[in-house]
Amino acid sequence: MSANVSEHEIAERTRSVIAAHAHREGPLLPILHDVQGEFGHVPEAALRTVAEGLNLSRAEVHGVATFYHDFRHAPAGCHVLKMCRAEACQASGGEALAARASSTLRIPFGATTGDGTVTLEAVYCLGLCACGPAAMIDGRVVGRLDEEKIDALIAECRS
Amino acid sequence: MSVTVYVPRDAAALALGADEVAAAIAREAEARGKAVTIVRNGSRGMVWLEPLVEVATDSGRIAYGPVGAGDVASLFEAGFLAGGAHALNQGLTEEIPFFKRQTRLTFARCGVTDPLSLADYEAHGGLAGLRRALAMQPAEIVATVTESGLRGRGGAGFPTGIKWKTVLEAEGAQKYIVCNADEGDSGTFADRMIMEGDPFTLIEGMVIAGIATGATKGYVYLRSEYPNAIETMNQAVDIARENRMLGDSVLGSIHAFDMEIRVGAGAYVCGEETSLLNSLEGRRGVVRAKPPLPALQGLFGKPTVVNNVISLASVPVILDKGAAFYRDFGMGRSRGTIPIQIAGNVKHGGLFEAAFGLSLGEIVDDIGGGAFTGRPVKAVQVGGPLGAYFPRALFDTPFDYEAFAAKDGLIGHAGVVVFDDSADMLAQARFAFEFCAIESCGKCTPCRVGSTRGAETLDKLAAGIAPDAQKALVADLCNTMKFGSLCALGGFTPYPVMSAMTHWPEDFAPRAVKEAAE
Repeated sequence: MSANVSEHEIAERTRSVIAAHAHREGPLLPILHDVQGEFGHVPEAALRTVAEGLNLSRAEVHGVATFYHDFRHAPAGCHVLKMCRAEACQASGGEALAARASSTLRIPFGATTGDGTVTLEAVYCLGLCACGPAAMIDGRVVGRLDEEKIDALIAECRS
Repeated sequence: MSVTVYVPRDAAALALGADEVAAAIAREAEARGKAVTIVRNGSRGMVWLEPLVEVATDSGRIAYGPVGAGDVASLFEAGFLAGGAHALNQGLTEEIPFFKRQTRLTFARCGVTDPLSLADYEAHGGLAGLRRALAMQPAEIVATVTESGLRGRGGAGFPTGIKWKTVLEAEGAQKYIVCNADEGDSGTFADRMIMEGDPFTLIEGMVIAGIATGATKGYVYLRSEYPNAIETMNQAVDIARENRMLGDSVLGSIHAFDMEIRVGAGAYVCGEETSLLNSLEGRRGVVRAKPPLPALQGLFGKPTVVNNVISLASVPVILDKGAAFYRDFGMGRSRGTIPIQIAGNVKHGGLFEAAFGLSLGEIVDDIGGGAFTGRPVKAVQVGGPLGAYFPRALFDTPFDYEAFAAKDGLIGHAGVVVFDDSADMLAQARFAFEFCAIESCGKCTPCRVGSTRGAETLDKLAAGIAPDAQKALVADLCNTMKFGSLCALGGFTPYPVMSAMTHWPEDFAPRAVKEAAE
């Protein structure tokens, strides 16, 4: 991840991301998504390059990057477990499973385990409301969660 | 001869192991020397049966579900390729009561075809609406949509044709069609299902909207929580462009229209049309004050149609079959069909497209089969996190925009979330405030501050601190939020809160009193 990437390299790679979106109208969100794809988060140094590249103030770019839940300001763990905490999953027992995941991993939602293996996050609806409780692990969807399934997902992350 | 087997690629099916099932079928077929063609279709919407595997036979498609990878060998043993008997055999798919009772207009092809086969799409009636539109004047197309009675399926219920007329008549060198695919409401998945199961319908609807209003560029603002839908829509747009359904000359006509898929970034409020436009422009997704209407000054200040996925995806069938055909379904001022999404703690969860007018009780008890836990249904939340909770006493309410409004509720995007009697309505009311606080864009005070104060007040109530004063404060706060917020996030959060407080006062009694009563 970006811990060992120099600011110079971040700027270089960010510039090529910007160039790839130069033809778009309102390209800031696609650029930030791709910057996060490059580095695993949106580094401060990239924001400066984006501001220069799009002729925006740094405040504007910072404002956008911090508005949206998706953009990370620090790298996530090796695995990201997102559990749906919205109403349909609450109705089908999701909160108990969320509490179980949190206590098994010994972290609150929004945190990463000390060894950096798992980041646990809440998500508000994956559109899997008829087969909840639902979760997403590294982009893969999982439905009809129960204790066994959530334990297996966590074990998979730790292995 | 090769037998065609359908294994859905819909995210709900994938979440329940459809990829593993498809792989097991391919493996088993090869081992047994059976020729099988696996089609990854969309979902039929019967989510409790997912993964729902279908086999094409002479008498029609036969369903097996819910199939796990471990069931595949026994399916082959039972001769499922010829529709053989098996514990998971559900009979002909289209004879399953949940499916048979529906009126599938918008979702006619979803689950039937290969979502990324344009040939399949055309063979099942696709492009007929667009071809008709190409032979019409823009004003005629707009008039057809107006006459059909189609109203915005995102939740606001604004007549689609009126919106289009405003954009058609607006002056502007560039106009836009923006599809709101930021389906953030819990309990809703109709947008996701159609984008994954029949993406060309949405593209066709957007092209027709473009021709009708003079817009040449379209954007689909698709939430990042839907990676499968993003992938399918991107592929479908490429295929549509290669086949000249998009481009400088749509199907060889004088009309130009192209479109792009844009991915959101996890902000619920971007489902509100003006914050969506800000987000598309690359800004913070804060709400804009209206006026000006987006129809006149929308994306980049240009005249813009902002429609929900289902509104746009319903346009092709309206153009194909005519305004009267569509308008003849429904009740009162709610015309046509609505894809009801039955979710939460329910036996038969899924998507049920029907004409407006079913009662809430029919939806929850008859179609949904009640709670899957087998316990009594206590509450249903209709219309997402900003929708009211309905008690059983209101189950006679017909599914209709005005009827729900008359009961202090809303149908929203038609998601119905079922809760059994273990639900704590005070906790649900608190969650409504909490969610509003997490997702508030921060622009207006009633929403930004009111949501946090509301959650705190309910905490005091739960702790038994001056309960009557807290209840009065919550009611007053809700009144301020309802009338003082800029958009529906702050403005509608009072619906779940007040409905919970009104219909389940016992859950809002101080804990000591509750315990004494038990």
